[in-house]
Amino acid sequence: MTARTDQLIEQMRGSRVWRSIFRSGTGNSTLHRALAIQQNIFLHLLSTKVRKRMVSFSATWYLGTLTLGSFLILVVTGILLMLYYHPSVPQAYADMKDLQFVVSSGLFLRNLHRWSAQVMVFLVFAHMFKVFYRGAYRTPREFNWVIGIVLLLITLLLSYTGYLLPWDQLAYWAITVGSNLSNSVPLVGNKIHFLLLGGNQVNANALLRFYVLHCVILPLAAFLFIAVHFWRIRKDGGLYVQHSEPKAQAAADSPLPAQEVK
Amino acid sequence: MHEEKLQLAQRTLSEFDRRAFFTRIGLGSLGIAAAGTAVFAYEFLSPNVLYEPSAIVNAGKPESFAVNSVTMDVNSGIFLVRAEEGFFALGAVCTHLGCLTAWNQDLGIIACPCHGSKFTRTGEKIEGPAPKPLPWFKTWVSDEGDLMVDRSTNIPPLQYLRV
Repeated sequence: MTARTDQLIEQMRGSRVWRSIFRSGTGNSTLHRALAIQQNIFLHLLSTKVRKRMVSFSATWYLGTLTLGSFLILVVTGILLMLYYHPSVPQAYADMKDLQFVVSSGLFLRNLHRWSAQVMVFLVFAHMFKVFYRGAYRTPREFNWVIGIVLLLITLLLSYTGYLLPWDQLAYWAITVGSNLSNSVPLVGNKIHFLLLGGNQVNANALLRFYVLHCVILPLAAFLFIAVHFWRIRKDGGLYVQHSEPKAQAAADSPLPAQEVK
Repeated sequence: MHEEKLQLAQRTLSEFDRRAFFTRIGLGSLGIAAAGTAVFAYEFLSPNVLYEPSAIVNAGKPESFAVNSVTMDVNSGIFLVRAEEGFFALGAVCTHLGCLTAWNQDLGIIACPCHGSKFTRTGEKIEGPAPKPLPWFKTWVSDEGDLMVDRSTNIPPLQYLRV
């Protein structure tokens, strides 16, 4: 039975359609397996080959991957919530209540979205602490740490902009207080406040702006920086380099990139 | 051969050749386009017409307020106070981060629920984190005899309106 299944799978992998999609071909050689990673647009961000200890639980506690997981849950549930939510003053609150009490599985999706958001913020911080205490921000990974900071800011902004969308008292006053912070910026504070809210108070324009930021601009930015973040892991020598001390840095005049020190 | 050398010497001597000229033209127009884009974006993002409530509030007849009373209008965010000296209107929006404060009759103070700022009835700060006292707004009596408040115009404190 198993042999028959294996044979079927092999047959499928050898077919013309399969080969037109996955060009690396069949076979379990190291080359084939490396090609399978390298020639896939999604997987090519990752290293073609990793050591087992690199993907061991203790090295990272998988915190980065878990953060990505919570982000993907947020994207899926968020898109579904968008189908019932109108970002307008008379409807936003009612739509949120409809999602809770009228829409099938609406309560589940809304709660999943909300809890994943909390979890994502927590995981981002946990991930950063883990990286910090393992010293994984050091050469040659300084730049990836900086990208991580950008991702932290995007995460917090996503969390903040999403907070207004239920349009209840908590949301309204939280955004009133939060956006008033921008008034403290010297000289241009009031302008920033005005641009952010699209007016002088949290109102219809502010709701729409926060909706666009939350659903379009910030997620796109997040996707972009996540891609760079993952790609840099490969470029900087994989998940776990045992001696990522300064000696791993390439000399300033070297034409070669920094190499992993074994 | 001699001419070539001469050309080379000329080329190194003149800093401003055709290539540099076009580079400057290109960078210059890019700079102008970038500045234009920034202005365009700023203008586009600033609404020219706001559908926000008017700054001028009609508070009704002065007689409807008892002497020594503090009346809050939640919708417009003002306190209308009738003191023995006269009327005045106080901004109810906390000067800290914009929460709506509330009048506490028992303690005789205005307090903010968000971060605990406290003010006297005349808007003076009793305790922080609010950085400034509550503003006094311009008040007057309209031709129809209604008490009017302009929330966009601040006046110095303790200028009571006598009716």
